[in-house]
Amino acid sequence: MPTIKIPPVLRSKTGGESEVSVEGATVGEALKALAEVHEATADQLFSSEGELNRYVNVYLNDEDVRVLDGLDTAASESDTIVILPAMAGGQA
Amino acid sequence: MAVTTDPIEVIKERISEVSVEEAKAELDKGDAVLIDVRGPAEWQVSRLDGATRIETEDLEAEIDGVVPDTSKRVLLYCATGRRSARAADVLQNLGYENVASVAGGITAWTEAGLPIVEPEGMTREQRIRYSRHTLLPEVGFEGQVKLLNAKVLLLGAGGLGAPAIEYLAAAGVGTLGIVDDDVVDMSNLQRQVIHTNDRIGMPKSTSAKEFVAGLNPDVEVVEYNLRLDASNILDVIRDYDIVVDGADNFPTRYLLNDASVRLGIPVVSASILGFDGQISTFVPHDGPCYRCLYPTPPPPELAPSCGANGVLGVMAGVMGLLQANEVIKLILGIGDPLVGRLLLYDSLGTNFTELKVRRDPECPICGPNAPEIPESEMGKFPDYELFCGAAAREETPELS
Repeated sequence: MPTIKIPPVLRSKTGGESEVSVEGATVGEALKALAEVHEATADQLFSSEGELNRYVNVYLNDEDVRVLDGLDTAASESDTIVILPAMAGGQA
Repeated sequence: MAVTTDPIEVIKERISEVSVEEAKAELDKGDAVLIDVRGPAEWQVSRLDGATRIETEDLEAEIDGVVPDTSKRVLLYCATGRRSARAADVLQNLGYENVASVAGGITAWTEAGLPIVEPEGMTREQRIRYSRHTLLPEVGFEGQVKLLNAKVLLLGAGGLGAPAIEYLAAAGVGTLGIVDDDVVDMSNLQRQVIHTNDRIGMPKSTSAKEFVAGLNPDVEVVEYNLRLDASNILDVIRDYDIVVDGADNFPTRYLLNDASVRLGIPVVSASILGFDGQISTFVPHDGPCYRCLYPTPPPPELAPSCGANGVLGVMAGVMGLLQANEVIKLILGIGDPLVGRLLLYDSLGTNFTELKVRRDPECPICGPNAPEIPESEMGKFPDYELFCGAAAREETPELS
């Protein structure tokens, strides 16, 4: 069961949880499992075609899955999946 | 006769003192060894020619190596003659027979107009002000002079900018450009520590300038009371060595990225929200750029502002100071800046997470296939409001 780290902007969709452990042998399966448990995350993570939205970065441990095998990247029990949307706060 | 209770005065009764003029004459004859018993910071500010520095508590261990002959004439000095009196007493107890403390120390020496050794490149006030920097081998005088000559532009004098400005000014970064078109509001003061109650309503760039003037006269502040846009960005950022990005919106962040890549200026970029922050350093063509990390801006519901969602004031301080630290490393050329790395800070869990950021071979701005921009097109940029708005409409159809 890999652990998915939920960014602050998505925590309202996971009932406030910042880490969720899910079933899944790949990054894609794990994220789909997250979207099943917390349905409100589905629209944020995936497009209507089921692709990962371009504005969501996903990391397996410290590596961007774009340079691995994307959603097909294998994820094991000890792995951490980080969901990272851009943030722009700072000035105001 | 009054009974003295000052232990130094008691010590002075059993050692001998010489005036600065007598000391100078002895030293000119070349008969005496001169020991400076002050600390390293004082030593860096100014010292007497030919002196060796040994602090009083180190005399027992180190004097042998400098003065093996206990009959040799030894003159000791400090700032005012008190520490050197104690040191003379220590040396006498160690068996040195011909020891004297220079009365009044280097202060009296300087007041008498006698020559001292002062390092070049900084004024005496600067050597005192930056002594804790120059003591660091990684900084030194050369590094401090680099800081004094550096020009750093801060995009925003708000949550992130305020602490960065505070410490960069204290560090003696010689020119700070401050871009902000906002005025100080009461709700800013929970985290924007350079602004004050009595400056509410004042432009933030002006308030920042007043703050810096009160902290460090070495720092020149250049105010830009404006909002960066495609028409002014190249003129504003062109002359700076580094840009600190604390912008509160995506269009400005993408604009800054694209302009800084064109001009080859490094950007230290951070953002904060709630109890979380992220920071990375983008050095054009040495590492990824902001677009390599975030090719597409998020839709508005995934990009709330601090104004809408709140932010812990301390978070702004932590992340703004991490930015200031990156800036100083870049100026000095020391350490490992956050190039190709994104650092996440979760302050509730006190967790730091580091992610690798790769250069995107498809990056339209810094990638190998990015179009060359002719000089005539340098000042032309896409419409970022449209770009960020379009992303929102494309990715989240329910909002359109």
